[in-house]
Amino acid sequence: MKIEIITPEKKAFEGDIKSVRVPGKKGSFQVLKDHAPIISTLDSGSVIIVDLEGNEKIFEISGGVIEVKANKIILLADSVK
Amino acid sequence: MANLKAIRTRITSVKSTRQITSAMKMVSAAKLRKAQDKIVRLRPYANKLHEILVGLSQSLADSEVENVYGRQPKSSPEKILLVVITSNRGLCGAFNTNVIKEARRVISEKYPDQHNNGNLLLMTIGKKGYDYFKKTKINMLPEQNNLLHDLTFDNVAEVAEQVMKSFVASEFDRIEIIYNQFKNAAVQNLTNELFLPVEIAAPGKVKTTPVDYIYEPDQEAIIKELIPKSLKIQFYKSILDSFVAEHGARMTAMHKATDNATGMIRDLTLQYNKARQTTITNQILEVVSGAEALRG
Repeated sequence: MKIEIITPEKKAFEGDIKSVRVPGKKGSFQVLKDHAPIISTLDSGSVIIVDLEGNEKIFEISGGVIEVKANKIILLADSVK
Repeated sequence: MANLKAIRTRITSVKSTRQITSAMKMVSAAKLRKAQDKIVRLRPYANKLHEILVGLSQSLADSEVENVYGRQPKSSPEKILLVVITSNRGLCGAFNTNVIKEARRVISEKYPDQHNNGNLLLMTIGKKGYDYFKKTKINMLPEQNNLLHDLTFDNVAEVAEQVMKSFVASEFDRIEIIYNQFKNAAVQNLTNELFLPVEIAAPGKVKTTPVDYIYEPDQEAIIKELIPKSLKIQFYKSILDSFVAEHGARMTAMHKATDNATGMIRDLTLQYNKARQTTITNQILEVVSGAEALRG
């Protein structure tokens, strides 16, 4: 499963991952392999990525939108820390 | 013929000017590269956002979405805001003059009534535009010159938000941005862009294959959140574009100045050598004729 985290100023992350947890508007949710296609707006909070080796990576975002389609995730964040 | 010393001083002074202009050219070239990188990095974000927005508005074509940013004035627009983007510094050819001229033209030809009624306001981004327009009788919002010092998305988004808020609060019926769009280092396209009101992106010709998305919270809420985002991106892109164009213009202007200085030095050196030769010839003549007289 591939993910790209893009902000207006840079590409914050790109790579293969096992899962990602995002702060959705209606509550935080996790995306695993073969997730149904979804578009959701995001609140500010942390995006937690688990990569193929099982290591966690955390990004603090201040809102954004996520699109999941055919094991490809694109996360447009307003800003990333 | 000018005397030798005067020419020599001039050559020295032109040479040092050339050194400055060629240094400025290098600096601008470096800054141009950096600024261009910024635009390139913005592109994937802007494209994806647009894609999602178009996809959403296609699936929403039937239902009416209330769009606070799309309020069309009933008759002709009453209250106008012009955002004029110039540079903070000069020495960039006709870059600023062009923008200022265009702004004046828009005011006097497109919105003369609104201007006479005092319903036309200006917001300047860039010191050059501000310095010019503060001498005129046009009403102005506080300038935003600092934006260009520290050009980050967060800073620009803040200003864009203020502008959008004032539109929603009906302080303005129409907001336009006047700026130089970057085409290449030598060419800028003067652009007058409508910022607000905005219409939800019309479905493009390229139909994306419809995917059955889950929408969270729902399509309407997503659209409502994405429109301001895309507006901020548009605002940011205009400023970035102008910023890149500024460095392009300055690079070209400085390149020309350097060339001119080189030409001038060549001419002056020729003149100097001619003068020197004449002096020597005269001196030899004097010596020879003096010797002739002695022998006589």
